[in-house]
Amino acid sequence: MANPQILASTVVGADAVAGRLDGPTGPRPRRALSRRNVILYGTLIVIALYYLLPLYVMVVTSLKGMPEIRLGNIFSPPVEVTFQPWVKAWSEACTGLNCDGLSRGFWNSVRILIPSVVLSIAIASVNGYALANWRFKGADVFFTILIIGAFIPYQVMIYPIVILLREIGLYGSLTGLVIVHSIFGMPILTLLFRNYFTSVPEELFKAARVDGAGFWGIYFRIMLPMSLPIFVVAIILQVTGIWNDFLFGVVYTRPDVYPMTVQLNNIVNSVQGVKEYNVNMAATILTGLVPLVVYFFSGKLFVRGIAAGAVKG
Amino acid sequence: MSNGKRPTQLFRNLSAKIAAIPMILTAVVVFVGCSVWTVVYSFTDSKLLPRTNFVGLDQYERLWGTRRWLISIENLAIYGVLSLVFSLLIGFLLAALLDQKIRFEDTFRTIFLYPFALSFIVTGLVWQWILNPDFGVQNIVRGLGWDSFTFDPLYDSSIVIYGVLIAGLWQGTGLVMCLMLAGLRGIDEDIWKATRVEGIPMWKTYLFVVIPMMRPVFITTLVIIATGIVKLYDLIVAQTGGGPGIASEVPAKYVYDLMFQAQNLGQGFAASTMMLVTVVIIVIPWAYLEFGGRKHG
Amino acid sequence: MATIEIRDLRLSFGALDVLKQLNLDIAEGEFIVLLGPSGCGKSTLLNCIAGLLDVSDGQIHIGGRNVTWEEPKDRGIGMVFQSYALYPQMSVRGNLSFGLKNQRLPKAEIEQRIARAAKVLQIEPLLDRRPAALSGGQRQRVAIGRALVRDVDVFLFDEPLSNLDAKLRSELRVEIKRLHQQLENTMVYVTHDQIEALTLADRIAVMRGGVIQQLADPATIYNKPTNLFVAGFIGSPSMSFLDGHITSAGGAPAFRTGDLTVPLAGYDGAVPAADGRAVILGVRPEHVTIGPDGAGGLPATVDIDEPMGSDSLVWMQFAGQTLSARTAPGHGLAAGQQVGLGFDPTRASLFDRDSEQRF
Repeated sequence: MANPQILASTVVGADAVAGRLDGPTGPRPRRALSRRNVILYGTLIVIALYYLLPLYVMVVTSLKGMPEIRLGNIFSPPVEVTFQPWVKAWSEACTGLNCDGLSRGFWNSVRILIPSVVLSIAIASVNGYALANWRFKGADVFFTILIIGAFIPYQVMIYPIVILLREIGLYGSLTGLVIVHSIFGMPILTLLFRNYFTSVPEELFKAARVDGAGFWGIYFRIMLPMSLPIFVVAIILQVTGIWNDFLFGVVYTRPDVYPMTVQLNNIVNSVQGVKEYNVNMAATILTGLVPLVVYFFSGKLFVRGIAAGAVKG
Repeated sequence: MSNGKRPTQLFRNLSAKIAAIPMILTAVVVFVGCSVWTVVYSFTDSKLLPRTNFVGLDQYERLWGTRRWLISIENLAIYGVLSLVFSLLIGFLLAALLDQKIRFEDTFRTIFLYPFALSFIVTGLVWQWILNPDFGVQNIVRGLGWDSFTFDPLYDSSIVIYGVLIAGLWQGTGLVMCLMLAGLRGIDEDIWKATRVEGIPMWKTYLFVVIPMMRPVFITTLVIIATGIVKLYDLIVAQTGGGPGIASEVPAKYVYDLMFQAQNLGQGFAASTMMLVTVVIIVIPWAYLEFGGRKHG
Repeated sequence: MATIEIRDLRLSFGALDVLKQLNLDIAEGEFIVLLGPSGCGKSTLLNCIAGLLDVSDGQIHIGGRNVTWEEPKDRGIGMVFQSYALYPQMSVRGNLSFGLKNQRLPKAEIEQRIARAAKVLQIEPLLDRRPAALSGGQRQRVAIGRALVRDVDVFLFDEPLSNLDAKLRSELRVEIKRLHQQLENTMVYVTHDQIEALTLADRIAVMRGGVIQQLADPATIYNKPTNLFVAGFIGSPSMSFLDGHITSAGGAPAFRTGDLTVPLAGYDGAVPAADGRAVILGVRPEHVTIGPDGAGGLPATVDIDEPMGSDSLVWMQFAGQTLSARTAPGHGLAAGQQVGLGFDPTRASLFDRDSEQRF
């Protein structure tokens, strides 16, 4: 590099108007393949491949025929693509006596999912709203118990709930399972809604009260319309959570109304018959499809949902 | 109200109280009531049906004398410690990598997090397949010419829990990454500028400035992972079924099996009470640090 | 001691130009304040000087050395941030020594520098405390101390007092000025607070939209703002602007608004000869005198009186426009009262209405 001092004096002496000198100008030179970038992106890509590997293996296995699976390796792409395993997994795979495939579990899960999501969100949003804006004596005590309760292992509570459900005649039914999902979804959802409604400016709530709106009026006409994003977050949280549930499904339902995850496990881990790995993998993808679709389409909202799950009260 | 009387205390805010009834019932009946019920019945000799024949600590003595329970505890301890360490380590590393103002950040984050959207059952079954010695990783490495290569964690009772760990980490690190990334993004931008002006290398900034600043995030994450670990059940059921033999049993599975299959309710209650105790040991100090300390400070 | 020269600096984020072809020469030991509304590019410019932002084009020289591509740590600068940016898990001593330890300076040297900085800033009793145990003002002193121990020639301040309450702000302002007199370092100081700018600066650079509007000493900036923006931005209460045009009244140039004529004899600047040219007359409230009605002044009607303790601001209707005047309190003027105004043309500013530039 030239001596800047000399250059400076000549240039400034020659011309009073500011002008460029020699030497570095503009942005720092950056090579796309700098050592830092190679290490950074290299590491990220390798790890990303590791995370994608199981998805890839699932897909390729499900598209192969059994003879090809027995000969080849699980990472090689299918030589001859067949959708037979998918058809079989959906409509023919057997669990116990039923041989009508995963479709039964799928529809069971849908019948569990929709009322559970609606009920749990309805209860939790109204509850969160009551806690945020209509504080009454003792509310905080129950809310604290609720949040602490979220940490109790389900195993501690499952049996007494069996007794309770049996008492009201709902043990083994889908309705019973819907109630259970609503109960165990309550802590996180209530927290989510309470925090959201607390962040709504207090003045808005006061103004509505001055205008004569009551509890339900404010909820339906003011809070609900302005909290659409948080409802979407709650729906994402509940759809993935309830769809992926296994324990409650296996404890609180009878085999003919088993949700998809339970049925999947029974199909794949059943000991009778020859193992059909391609059918198993097709069944596995089918079961994972609903939450995956929700995940890929919801993007940042999913992240917001789990972040909300992580915040403490 | 038209007659000028003040409504009684009980009926003030009535709608809000009605709206809170499900919460009150859940809190009192389920979370408190059912937990207490289970703890109480863990001192009885209930078998097929719960009954109130109290036998003191018999169930607990039998529990701690059962080999299957001891293996369950050991597995949970190994899985728990390693899972905590590795998911924090990998999760933080991934978050730090994503925080380098990289391109395609959203794509990478989506890839790292997608396993978390899946059911443990799905995760367990996929990894059961990948770790299958006849077709999976072991077979492929042998096919490359290394004939003596052995990697069949799901069929080797001494290392089966590590096979489960691989699957568990695959599913869970994305969450840790997300929490850590949120923590990193919460660090004041000026802190990074200050260290650059002072010429502190990046690794030193992370080690001595950023990580200490993220202590609350680490603690919260730790509690979330830890309470999740105690609940570990679905993954085991799907991936190993507790096998080979009873080598990959965990407490949550022990509880389920004794309650609903072995029809030994008393044992199930005692085991689940032990799980509750574990969680209490994890959560109480955290809650004290997090909420108790704030009131004084 | 070091000069700073900025040559043709340009910075853009995508299509957005944040700094446009900016040139600035800062002399050794000078205290320059970059002043402007938020989003004007003042902090961006400071970050470019510090090397925390990569420039899109142009050069930066510090102490005669071209540092355009240098890392911040190699530029011989210290920087103080609005949020203090102290390391919360380290004691004050740890904060001051962290960078020095990293430079592998000998222990004795570090101790000596910390002792000196602590003495200058009067934070000796605080050395073993954590930042969380300090008040806002103390934290900012520590932040300044961290720049001080680096033993550099150039200090960069990024809105250092904005997070403090009004009282502390005025105290620390005095201290920063004292520090500058004591150290005689080159200082570049970013703020949106004009009082800070006027009290601290040797020269002020008023910025808008990534362009320096005017670079001059505080008195010039205040008395002879180069354009309408600077005139309106500087001064509180702000300058009154009157719309009108140029006429000549008996051979001398005058300003005409409505049916009133303001003589411009003695105006400090070149009054355009063109008759009828549309102009804006800017008058600071303290340069308007209020006399009784019909005593030779220009007629106006009192609108509102705002007493402010030490003085009083009177708002008036003047030729259909609003005008304010600063007077002593207790003037006894009532709303609706007719008064006669006097202007001092030597202290007024005249702007072209189209170009908004001062004549």
